[in-house]
Amino acid sequence: MSDQVASSATEVAPKPPGLIELALTFNKIALASFGGGLSAWSREIIVVDRKWMSEEEFLSALTICRILPGANQVNLAVFVGVKFHGIIGAFAACAGLIFVPVVIVLCMAWFYFTYSKVPAMKNILHGMTPAAVAMTFAMAFKTGRKCLGSPVAIALFVAIFVLSAVLRLPLIAALLICGPIALWWGWPRQSKVAS
Amino acid sequence: MSPKTLLQIIALFGSLSVLSIGGGNTVVPDMHRQAVNQFHWLDGRQFADLFAISQAAPGPSVLIVTLIGYKAGGEGLWGVIGAIIATMAMIIPAGLLVYFTARFWNSAKEAKWRKAVERGFAPLTVGLVLASGVIVAKSADHGYREWALTAVATVVFTCTKTNPLIVVGVAGLIGWFGLV
Repeated sequence: MSDQVASSATEVAPKPPGLIELALTFNKIALASFGGGLSAWSREIIVVDRKWMSEEEFLSALTICRILPGANQVNLAVFVGVKFHGIIGAFAACAGLIFVPVVIVLCMAWFYFTYSKVPAMKNILHGMTPAAVAMTFAMAFKTGRKCLGSPVAIALFVAIFVLSAVLRLPLIAALLICGPIALWWGWPRQSKVAS
Repeated sequence: MSPKTLLQIIALFGSLSVLSIGGGNTVVPDMHRQAVNQFHWLDGRQFADLFAISQAAPGPSVLIVTLIGYKAGGEGLWGVIGAIIATMAMIIPAGLLVYFTARFWNSAKEAKWRKAVERGFAPLTVGLVLASGVIVAKSADHGYREWALTAVATVVFTCTKTNPLIVVGVAGLIGWFGLV
């Protein structure tokens, strides 16, 4: 019934990564995201570089991870880890994501409490934040080019952007407004399935 | 670190974990209220500085929790233990929810509702990603020079295949020399 869809949309990964590869990959994502842009880095590495997830699977996982409580990026690590190796995979991905950053913040905290000064990184970060924001914008552009092909999709995109960035509605409220329309529009129908 | 402090760390961050809908930063005000005003683990100034450190460091910004745990544990070796306990308390409850959701999700590969979520939520996610960029830029007080740097970097990311690390590194250098 949905054979064609299955072959095109699922199983993009050439071969599932091992536990160590999972941990190292999430470590790379964490360290690359100095100054922010974790979502964009995750996509860059998980979808573009490693091809562990299709674009659509990644985007929906990202939103699921935002809806559920918890830090979005930790959640995403758990989600990807579970996909390949169940709960052990979740631990590996999580540990990879946070181990080195935890060591780094602890060193910074030690420095802070010993010398009562915030480590002097302000200027460097001041330059990195615009780059991280730019990466986030570029991610929106690259993914948008693929999935904003119809008027309904564009309307949904604009609506949630306005609700979230302009009106600053909480995520749940914004999703309660846009989510049902999105699900209705996305529901597989004979004529639309092929896209 | 007393056993009482240990339990307080676990109870506080374990409960904030399941309350942090929309991401770790949504519970920062509550974290501040309890860690500073109720438990007196640190003062407001220290909280603000630790928050800045956690935002500056690589990795998820939820690591503010690690730092509060470090201070609550009493710094030094006990601090490290407090930090680890706090981090685990913050991650495990929410992580379990994600675990069950992900298993359910993976078991429904061909389900219509899953296809509806994947297709329908894609435009919403793109909108939310764009929104998060705008919100970060606003909260970091982007001036016209920052916006100019953002614009240039966006074009580089979108139109070229340059390794993003190089762009971020160059942007860091520009910041280091005080040009933005």
